[in-house]
Amino acid sequence: MAYSDKVVDHFNNPRNMGSFKKDEDDVGTGIVGAPECGDVMKLQIKVQDETIVDAKFKTFGCGSAIASSSLATEWLKGKTLEEAQKIKNTDIVQELNLPPVKIHCSVLAEDAIKAALNDYKKKAEEKK
Amino acid sequence: MKFPIYLDNHSTTPMDPRALETMLPYFVEKFGNAASRNHPFGWEAEEAVERARQQIARLIHADAKEIVFTSGATESNNLALKGVTDMYREKGDHLITSLTEHRAVLDTAKTLESKRGLKVTYLPVDKYGMVNPDDVRNAITDKTVLISIMLANNEIGTINPIKEIGKIAKEKGVLFHCDATQGVGKIPVDVQEMGIDLMSFSAHKIYGPKGVGALYVRKKGPRVRLTPLIDGGGHERGMRSGTLPVPLIVGFGKACELCEQEMPAESVRLATMRDRLKDGIMKKMDEVYLNGHPSQRLPHNLNISFAYVEGESLLMGVKEIALSSGSACTSATLEPSYVLRALGVGSDLAHSSIRFGLGRFNTNEEVDYTATRIIEIVTKLREMSPLYEMAKDGVDLKTVQWSAH
Repeated sequence: MAYSDKVVDHFNNPRNMGSFKKDEDDVGTGIVGAPECGDVMKLQIKVQDETIVDAKFKTFGCGSAIASSSLATEWLKGKTLEEAQKIKNTDIVQELNLPPVKIHCSVLAEDAIKAALNDYKKKAEEKK
Repeated sequence: MKFPIYLDNHSTTPMDPRALETMLPYFVEKFGNAASRNHPFGWEAEEAVERARQQIARLIHADAKEIVFTSGATESNNLALKGVTDMYREKGDHLITSLTEHRAVLDTAKTLESKRGLKVTYLPVDKYGMVNPDDVRNAITDKTVLISIMLANNEIGTINPIKEIGKIAKEKGVLFHCDATQGVGKIPVDVQEMGIDLMSFSAHKIYGPKGVGALYVRKKGPRVRLTPLIDGGGHERGMRSGTLPVPLIVGFGKACELCEQEMPAESVRLATMRDRLKDGIMKKMDEVYLNGHPSQRLPHNLNISFAYVEGESLLMGVKEIALSSGSACTSATLEPSYVLRALGVGSDLAHSSIRFGLGRFNTNEEVDYTATRIIEIVTKLREMSPLYEMAKDGVDLKTVQWSAH
């Protein structure tokens, strides 16, 4: 199966690959997927004043999964928490031109975004 | 070095130019129908077919009359399983096969179960992918009409104890079919010594043309009969009607002759090169696992799982090398290789497996390049892998609560 140019670009030049320290207050971490299913995504956001100032990912998965999470970090940066909540998997499908068999990769990326946001919110609640 | 490098020789092989050469006259000049009995065009074609039949038979120690030409190993497997179980239906309704057979056998067996009411036993394999002959013996009932076990596996290259299974089949009076697609031309095959009654193989896996294969059907001790899949002019002793593709058959014959002549030296060359690739990767990396048998395996097969790295992404990272993965990221089911699963390899490592299939035209230079590039990309992808990070941090991945999707 041929990959779209955008998937190949994200795969070859992943944006924001890496990790933040999980236990820091301003960091939200989402880990979704399972090794048995062939993909696991870790997405992290760094938040200041309700705005995502930085994002990082690490992904175990196919090229489309890597590209989906790489793209997600690009989109997250600069967004408010509320805006980030609105990112849909279909936006990722469209941007990366994912074929039907790879749609689950975009779903996973959306799940990872939601998980990271929830993790941050939970931390913020606990701090109050 | 020429790119891309082809290391997917279990899938198909390039034609050997020497085999192609022999085919060419049979397209335009010598175009006759081998079944035309009344003119030189037909005679010439028939002569070429019979010469090829002998070349093919010699490679597997059979008689030329026992070779039935088909369109390929998939058809041969279908013909063997459907044809034999139909012909001997009054004798019984039980088929024995194994979990790691090629889909051409497994799917045929499933069709026989669902459409023809056949009972099928799918034997398990050990952790190296090998069928235990005792399991075959224990599975045989008085209703068993056919045993179908592959010679060597297409993913992991494990070679089954065919001779032992053949002996048991003979002892119990059950017919024995062997899917030898991956083994013929690569390792010595002797249908007499191995006690094989029917055997499937094809030309394009041994540097011959695509579109032609054969089913060996024993003529003596016992004389095997089968119901044809295709009715028509009664070609191939009535077992497979249809005008013979003379050029393909000529190329198939020459390909077999070349394999027979070159196998002793070539199998050593391939095994040496394979071990060079294996050592080049496995001695330089940790958390890489060999799939399949350490010694009882095809000389040109290597199958390795790279922990924490998904196979398809690995292949994407080495685009200039043609390889295959046990990851099923592209399949609708998301299930990784059923062969590796049958060996007891975890789904995670099955997703991380890569199959290297060496061939006649590969060189040490290509193998060394491949080892270097694989190490590079695995290292890069591990850096990107949350699993590798967790493992390095001392997290036991087996204890993590994953959100399955």
